[in-house]
Amino acid sequence: MSDLRELYQELILDHGRRPRNFGPLPDATHDAIGHNPLCGDKITVHVRMNGQVVDGISFEGQGCAISQASASLLTEAVKGRKIGDVMSLFRKLTALVTGRDGDVDREGDVELGKLAVFEGVRQYPMRVKCATLAWHTLHNALEGKAAAVASTE
Amino acid sequence: MSLAARSGLHTGFYDVEKVRADFPILGEIIHGKPLVYLDNAASTQKPRAVLDAVTNYYRHDNANVHRGVHTLSERATIAFEAARKKVAGFVGATDPSEIVFVRGTTEALNLVASSYGSLVLREGDEVVLTQMEHHSNIVPWQMACQRTGARLRVVPILENGELDMQAYASLLGPRTKIVSVTHVSNALGTVNPIAEIVRQAHDAGAKVVVDGAQAIAHGPVDVAALGCDFYAFSGHKMYAPMGIGVLWARRELLDAMPPWQGGGEMILTVSFEETTYNVAPHKFEAGTPDVAGTVGMAAAVDYIESIGRERIAAYEHELIGYAERELLALPGLRLIGTAREKTGVHSFVLDGIHPHDVGTVLDHQGVAVRTGHHCAQPVMERYACAATARASFGIYNTTADVDALIEGLARVRELLG
Repeated sequence: MSDLRELYQELILDHGRRPRNFGPLPDATHDAIGHNPLCGDKITVHVRMNGQVVDGISFEGQGCAISQASASLLTEAVKGRKIGDVMSLFRKLTALVTGRDGDVDREGDVELGKLAVFEGVRQYPMRVKCATLAWHTLHNALEGKAAAVASTE
Repeated sequence: MSLAARSGLHTGFYDVEKVRADFPILGEIIHGKPLVYLDNAASTQKPRAVLDAVTNYYRHDNANVHRGVHTLSERATIAFEAARKKVAGFVGATDPSEIVFVRGTTEALNLVASSYGSLVLREGDEVVLTQMEHHSNIVPWQMACQRTGARLRVVPILENGELDMQAYASLLGPRTKIVSVTHVSNALGTVNPIAEIVRQAHDAGAKVVVDGAQAIAHGPVDVAALGCDFYAFSGHKMYAPMGIGVLWARRELLDAMPPWQGGGEMILTVSFEETTYNVAPHKFEAGTPDVAGTVGMAAAVDYIESIGRERIAAYEHELIGYAERELLALPGLRLIGTAREKTGVHSFVLDGIHPHDVGTVLDHQGVAVRTGHHCAQPVMERYACAATARASFGIYNTTADVDALIEGLARVRELLG
């Protein structure tokens, strides 16, 4: 059980059980729906942009502990950030969970912060999509692919 | 204490330990624990007899079939056609030429939807499916309807996981050309009343296609008794290799159906002006077939029959009964699918815990289950859950496997509850 704790860290379990910024977002400027074709999970990400800055963000939908926690921590991580930094975080998080560490270092000054809690996911290739679904969906929302289905790898 | 008694069930003569000894993979250690394989509805493991048959074929008999006059080609052809005969007997067909070898159930259903669909479906006609179909028995029919202008009608599922037979009766009519239904639901375990479904469909003048993927390994299958017109199944769900499957169809239907894929084997003569087609089943077997797969399938048939299909059905019936009692004793567990007639699978959800997390934690206990939508998203929608965990059983599973599952689920609660 010990190595399972590396995947299911307290921070992940906490955000999985009590996701932050969960619900609709008034005055959203961008929305996208993401599907995980592996399990049928679906989440919607709402974003309110103010110029180049993420002014507000929320999400809705059901999923496993990993995907709910990832979406919840995403909302905390990107709120107030510039779009370029959000994309850096996206690439850095993806590199972290897929084990491509070399790529992480090339992403400049943006710190993963709490998102580093997802490092354990790299030991579970089948669960990478759970950790990245919200990020792909956010990416699509910001790219204006509101109606598109998020690619999950 | 007899071996059967050690299995913990009352099926006195079923020697499950002897069966287990025939499956080398059951000795695998997963995350430091002995493998408990409860994903048989996705794919079954292979007994030594099947592994040896495939190896021996490649070591001693391999050549292309129906093509050469040399000895190996003759041996391969004899093995291939002997497998066809054996499989015909396995499903109660009297004529081996009614057995078309395909890659699996999906390909068999696509063949019927494409070939038979194009033969009979016209604008305004109807194809009746059920809400519990696997995607492979939905999408090929949607494609056939798009090509022909026919439309789908869907028989709903009752709360307990059985088909709404009243709704079925009301959906049948003069427009109904095809009814395509699963014998056993892969997501719910429901055994459907195929003979009754066929009787009503035939009264309406429709042909019946049966998806037998989840039925073939769990008890006797007799197409004559079922009365259906097509029956599709996969080798890999009956202890045979992956990549081989079967479409059984009535000879007169195969004769009337247009060819599906073109190529070698399916022709009599070819010129650039005109091609004449081979007779069934060769008409539907373009290209070099998976001969080793058919040899493996024949070995699997022998293996299953050496145990006895009635005995397998009786043993598994007791085993899933035991599993149901144990699962229902867990607080917060909801069984999805509680039909009176079930076989093979228990789908379930745990309050407040997503099935994917259940699957990952169980895997750490060495317990393999399927989690997800089981390629049956309409079923998930019916029960308002995006996914379930599914434990599915085979001839080598024991009450100890069920106990390991239950213990694993307690760990899931402990970690994620």
